[in-house]
Amino acid sequence: MSDEQTQGSERKDEWAIFEVFVRPRRGLSHNHVGSIHAPDAKMALKNARDLYTRRQEGVSIWVVASKDIMASSPDEKDAYFEPSADKVYRHPTFYDVPEGVQM
Amino acid sequence: MYGASFGNDEDAQAVNKDGTPEQQQHFQDILDADGKVEPRDWMPEAYRQTMIRQIAQHAHSEIIGMQPEGNWITRAPSLRRKAILMAKVQDEAGHGQYLYSAMETLGMSRDEAMDLLHVGKQKYSTIFNYPALNWGDVGAIGWLVDGAAIQNQIPLCRTSYGPYSRAMIRICKEESFHQRQGFEALYVLSRGTDAQKAMAQDAINRVWWPALMMFGPPDSMSTHTEQSMAWKIKRHTNDELRQKFVDMCVPQVEVLGLTFPDPDLKWNEARGHYDFGAIDWDEMFRVVKGDGPCNKQRMDHRRRAHDEGRWVREAANAYAAKSAARQQKEAAA
Repeated sequence: MSDEQTQGSERKDEWAIFEVFVRPRRGLSHNHVGSIHAPDAKMALKNARDLYTRRQEGVSIWVVASKDIMASSPDEKDAYFEPSADKVYRHPTFYDVPEGVQM
Repeated sequence: MYGASFGNDEDAQAVNKDGTPEQQQHFQDILDADGKVEPRDWMPEAYRQTMIRQIAQHAHSEIIGMQPEGNWITRAPSLRRKAILMAKVQDEAGHGQYLYSAMETLGMSRDEAMDLLHVGKQKYSTIFNYPALNWGDVGAIGWLVDGAAIQNQIPLCRTSYGPYSRAMIRICKEESFHQRQGFEALYVLSRGTDAQKAMAQDAINRVWWPALMMFGPPDSMSTHTEQSMAWKIKRHTNDELRQKFVDMCVPQVEVLGLTFPDPDLKWNEARGHYDFGAIDWDEMFRVVKGDGPCNKQRMDHRRRAHDEGRWVREAANAYAAKSAARQQKEAAA
């Protein structure tokens, strides 16, 4: 983000952004569905209900202030995830099993 | 689905707008592989600005689009029609919010975009500058205007910007009822009294040409098409989508027993498509520039709604501040 754009999104009277997570039904995990503006977390929950569950999309909602989310960045992809690329022995397909053996 | 860009390292992002050769290559690789560009990926500044312009215009269209139909909620002919219309208009508000959300991942805030709309620096679809004069218009808008919008939006589900693509998938899913309810309303009118039939025909006559204009200027005149196709933002040209729409609508209007106001509309065996008459592009550019039947009314209404809602936004902020202060005090005690 450029400085100019950052200033644009830091207007004093603008409601904060919250990320919204919805659990589609019991037994499934909450999924990120989008974001919402609200003056505080309580209102964010209500606004999220109105915006993201108009068609029975879920049975539970989480909201998290966007500014509280720490994310890895695409440039760090290698540093974060590459070490697992050379550990093929963590996958069952790494192992030879004699023909006829069922497992 | 999408959300803020989580730009907690803005300094790192602002380093180089032109990008390093590696960053440029990475961006191109994503496009070549038909992948999705995500908020924190490096992208060319022009791509970002094009995306902001397109998503903002799309979002504003959803919001302004509530007006012509909202006008008929109190006068819907039955409770059933009223409930349907309220759900539809509410969906348009929701779709606007999904799109503003997607836009915000690119670094422009919703308030900023609203301000730009209010001063006329960002636009919305010209179709909403036409009035909804009778009940038949509500049917024709659902069938033709939402129909054209869906035709545009289905390929946008595969657009290269991830948050926009995910918003479009959700919107298309929700919007499928919009077109059906419109067609159904016209079908009922077309089976009704002569006056009802005439009302449906009159609505179709007025909505047809502006609906065809929704696909944008012809490819030969379109300034953005080529670059947008290269960036895989757009997947089909304006003319391709318009033709598909015409081909879809002709059998449908025959089911209604009504007609489109175009004497040149006829099947072309050689092309395998319907030919249709020349579109009045002067009219479209006139309406884009502000000289449509309802441009002023729509913008006045939008600004008024924004101003009259200010106390609600301020009250919510004041309440949130007060609650936070009270909690702090309790925690300290």
